Amino acid sequence: MKENSLKQYIDLYDANVATINGRSAGALNARRAAARQLLDNASLPSRRTPDYEKSPVGEWMAPDRGVNVARVAIPVDLAATLRCGVPNMSPLQAFVVNDAFVAARSELLPEGVTMMSLKEAAEKRPELVERYYGTIAPETPLIALNDLLAQDGVFIHVAKGVATERPLQVVNILSAPISLMATRRVLIVVEDDARLQLLTCDHTQDNIQDYLVNQVVEVSLGRNASLDLCEIEESSAETYRVSTVTVNQAEGSRFGLTGVSLTSGHTRNNYIVNLLGEHASAELNGMAVNSDSRHVDNCTRVNHLAPRCHSNQMFKYVLDDESTGAFEGEILVDERAPFTEAYQTNRNILASAGASMHTTPRLLIYNDDVKCSHGATTGQLDSEALFYMQTRGIPVAEARTMLMQAFMVDVVDSVKIEGLRDRLRHLVERRFAGDDFCDGCNLQSTHTNE
Amino acid sequence: MKDILLDVKDLHANVEGKEILKGVNLTIREGEVHAIMGPNGSGKSTLSAVLAGNPAFTVTEGSVNFHGVDLLSLSPEDRAHEGLFLSFQYPVEIPGVSMVNFMRAAVNAKRKYFGEQPMSAGDFLKMMRQKRAIVELDNKLASRSVNEGFSGGEKKRNEIFQMAVLEPRLSILDETDSGLDIDALRVVAGGVNALKTTRNATIVITHYQRLLDYIKPDVVHILYKGRIVHTGGPELALELEERGYDWIKQQIDQE
Repeated sequence: MKENSLKQYIDLYDANVATINGRSAGALNARRAAARQLLDNASLPSRRTPDYEKSPVGEWMAPDRGVNVARVAIPVDLAATLRCGVPNMSPLQAFVVNDAFVAARSELLPEGVTMMSLKEAAEKRPELVERYYGTIAPETPLIALNDLLAQDGVFIHVAKGVATERPLQVVNILSAPISLMATRRVLIVVEDDARLQLLTCDHTQDNIQDYLVNQVVEVSLGRNASLDLCEIEESSAETYRVSTVTVNQAEGSRFGLTGVSLTSGHTRNNYIVNLLGEHASAELNGMAVNSDSRHVDNCTRVNHLAPRCHSNQMFKYVLDDESTGAFEGEILVDERAPFTEAYQTNRNILASAGASMHTTPRLLIYNDDVKCSHGATTGQLDSEALFYMQTRGIPVAEARTMLMQAFMVDVVDSVKIEGLRDRLRHLVERRFAGDDFCDGCNLQSTHTNE
Repeated sequence: MKDILLDVKDLHANVEGKEILKGVNLTIREGEVHAIMGPNGSGKSTLSAVLAGNPAFTVTEGSVNFHGVDLLSLSPEDRAHEGLFLSFQYPVEIPGVSMVNFMRAAVNAKRKYFGEQPMSAGDFLKMMRQKRAIVELDNKLASRSVNEGFSGGEKKRNEIFQMAVLEPRLSILDETDSGLDIDALRVVAGGVNALKTTRNATIVITHYQRLLDYIKPDVVHILYKGRIVHTGGPELALELEERGYDWIKQQIDQE
């Protein structure tokens, strides 16, 4: 690993601390000193770091990319992104360009629902942001680097007892005239008895620029709160995405995740779920459709820290060409968590001889009264099914596509957001059919909406 | 005499280096029903798999002429388009692929092969309804994944349903009677008979005479040790039912 990959960011911070703070606000600035201290004796994950063997994030961060500390506004044609299939899901949209919150139609938001710039929230609702910001994500070098440089992002708050009927959507767009590292921060607070459905989709403005995004998402779910989160990535092959979503769940809360890597360059997603109160439940589903020499890595940590919680994980990958996939899945059942039910499945299809998958499912159980299981399989398309389809006249290429799509059906069906399921099915179908539908979300191309 | 539909000459085939077919000769004319019988392991299912183009088998010698087309040079899907149909002994379950999408892909692939436009949704659904009636296939099965959770009888009916939709020139029914109760057998055989024309032909591969009570063969062959060792009329099947295969085995093994 290159020692300077972290140092360059520390140096950047030291040289620009006044600008960074001046263009950000209270709670975000308050964490920087501690982060700076932590990073003094830290290094970013390398191939020798456990669970990062296939995703040496430190190497990914080594190139000297631009960091927009001065918050120069980067123009992006927001209307053009609406031509793409996913962004048009919900009228309750916010746009984030790189790491700057640029727009939301706040007048449409229902009573009790806030979706705004995180910087603005730190100024206007400091008590709320201060209570949660930086308290949920773990103390790791990656998070500290985000703490150090984050100047803005998204703040979503759903007040106690408010259940939004319509999903919110955050459209993330990477766009810059030079290679860029974005430090994006998201804070989601769903108070007691409240309910939120959120779709986030990640796009790149072009297919040529080298982008890296280090995203940290902190989620607090109150008692009996509910969050359905669907993340869809449609980035270019030149994009590096490092994302850490951490969810703290109080008693009786539920969290449903569907993470979809439709197109990506190099992606590392960390999903950390802390089941802190009794009867909390979490369902984590993920899929990766991978081709060329792209890389997708999902790392889960589901921590059962209270009795009678339930969790289920299902991650599926289809890897074609020379693409690579990794899954590091962990269930931890603490001694404080009797009567836990926790399950994990990872199933993968290698559609070509050049593709490879690395999977390490793991169960750590520290009490006796649990129901747990995990399983991982990696194989090829069912040759009997392929032959059967061919004997009915279905060309082998089409038969393969149909089988790959069928393999993902249960992940698509796990989407709880009404309307998104069909849209996602359609997108997955087109992805497998090899349609260059998003073209890395080249905004020049036209897309049809059904 | 009717035109020759299928002409198999001196067909040899291996699986994993082991020779299973050792010189099969078989001529089938339009309008005919041929039964191929024989003891376990004689190569009956291998013959059907090789004709359908299963990549697990390697043809080492011989030729197959299918109405003027060199069958062995075609991919399995093109064999289907040219009019070959194999009803599987063990139809494959395909979770996540609905029967409707499966059949639509099959029908439209064939149309594309012949330079035709895809069938309209309305026409397709109408055809599905008509063809389902032939084998009394329940509508709710059509909305499920291919063969998933189907009973043994439903799977075999589904095979004949697909045959009805694809309208093949030559159908090979591989042990279609296995796992069927008598009512299902009657429905399946009824379907096969209803689809019979003067231009198509059927190969019925079976262990037992039972199915041949319902699907009357014109010619009966005995396949043994990878070759057709005996050919006769419908009475041969009855003889086999009565005497078993031992007399044939003895006769051949002595040679």
